[in-house]
Amino acid sequence: MMPALLKKILLGDLWEGLRVTFRNQNPKYIYTEQYPSQRPVVPERYRGAPRLRTDPATGKTLCNGCGACALACPEDLIVVGSERNPETKKKELVTYTFDLSRCMFCGLCQEACPTDAIVLTQGFELAMYSREGQIWDRQRLEEGLKPTVYKC
Amino acid sequence: MPETTFLDATELVLNMGPQHPSTHGVLRVVLKLDGEKVLGTDCVIGYLHRGLEKVAENRTWVQFNPYVDRLDYVAAVSNSLAYCLAVEKLLNVEAPPRAQAVRVILTELNRIGSHLLWLGTHALDIGAITPVFYCFREREESIKILEKYCGARLTTHAFRIGGLPAEPYDGFQKDVLAFCEMFLPKVDEYEELLTNNRIWIGRLQNVGVLTAGECKEYGVTGPMLRAAGVKWDIRKALPYSGYDKYDFEIPTRTNGDTYDRYLVRIQEMRQSARIARQAAESLPDGPIMAKVSKVVKPPVGEAYVSIEAPKGELGFYVVSDGSAQPYRVRVRPPSFVNLQALDRMVRGALIADVVAVIGTLDIVLGEVDR
Repeated sequence: MMPALLKKILLGDLWEGLRVTFRNQNPKYIYTEQYPSQRPVVPERYRGAPRLRTDPATGKTLCNGCGACALACPEDLIVVGSERNPETKKKELVTYTFDLSRCMFCGLCQEACPTDAIVLTQGFELAMYSREGQIWDRQRLEEGLKPTVYKC
Repeated sequence: MPETTFLDATELVLNMGPQHPSTHGVLRVVLKLDGEKVLGTDCVIGYLHRGLEKVAENRTWVQFNPYVDRLDYVAAVSNSLAYCLAVEKLLNVEAPPRAQAVRVILTELNRIGSHLLWLGTHALDIGAITPVFYCFREREESIKILEKYCGARLTTHAFRIGGLPAEPYDGFQKDVLAFCEMFLPKVDEYEELLTNNRIWIGRLQNVGVLTAGECKEYGVTGPMLRAAGVKWDIRKALPYSGYDKYDFEIPTRTNGDTYDRYLVRIQEMRQSARIARQAAESLPDGPIMAKVSKVVKPPVGEAYVSIEAPKGELGFYVVSDGSAQPYRVRVRPPSFVNLQALDRMVRGALIADVVAVIGTLDIVLGEVDR
């Protein structure tokens, strides 16, 4: 009984908590990221900015214009415009728009793609000055997101 | 009715929310007050209503999966699990053992994350600023594993109908085991900070008491029910996704007050780490997807599946008319049901206790309003 009372008078319970606080004062427990100068490394599977991949050797798009991504998209934000080539009688991609403002990055489009043309990349800096800027056309998608360079 | 003046006004109606920092979202509580004493409350919900159940009727079964992450956005993995289990029951398929084990690991990590967020914000409401930093530090670690596996931090879209979207990444087991190893001493740290703290005890003990009988009347589930002494956990009672293979306990307390709910949740975090460790140690090999066609078309019928989400019993009632789109999806969210008990818990208490009780309810308004 007595030690408990003494502990109470000497604020034992509060010191116990403060001990944790002081233990964490060690500078090696600093977790702050210096964001623009020190970018976080996002995991490989991160679902970020979309990209329409092109064949690195020929520069031609990998997309065959099948429209599976547009069908799979829950938000219906992908519009694939394709045309049948009169010579080869094959469907070819003409336009491709991706409305990022409505995208929830679920990744169903890249799972549906039979040729792995549309992928969600690791780019995460998607802030834009205008809503129109969020609607990416084919050229923008093929270039992909370029990391913003800040003057530090 | 005689005209009332300011002087003989004994009852004061006060709006708490929808922009109050301690209502954890957009909940509006209309308080009827006598001085500082609460005579009654009235919850006004719906500020975050997005009509998700209606959205489901206009999407395919597969397409609706990412939407369920937006119900309880701090424990998105649990929602996804419940939805996938419900649709799998309709399809009459079962995820392969490897998929089930990974599901258990991710769900338990997410439960830890959810409880940590609750602990941090609850302590913040009560006035303890420090724990929130420690909680978020550890939550970050659990989120990192989710991010590495699923590719997103909060709205993970972690599971697919019939299994998993991808194989666990290299070093997944190692990461989970390292997290469990690191996490348990940290729980002791939170306990050191709070459990014996006189202010913490003074603010929480005998506040918002809900007895076992009252819990059952209101349909309250989860840690709130267990803090009242009822040993009810769906992971044990109606095992799903292979939970019967793991050895864990259901922490219970008897008083059913806010302090006991805190202790139950702390214990639950330890148990979650224990389950995750067991599952990671015995991760079986094999396929990760059951045989499910790309266009999911369940046969005509209905199914109800409930799981133990961090906040309580989360149920999905799905009806199929045989097409690729759900005929009806009904969600039984734990937060919504638990919120009903707020009036019973704060009647007669002080206004500061309302903050503590809303905190201990552990509600997420995305789930309440849907």
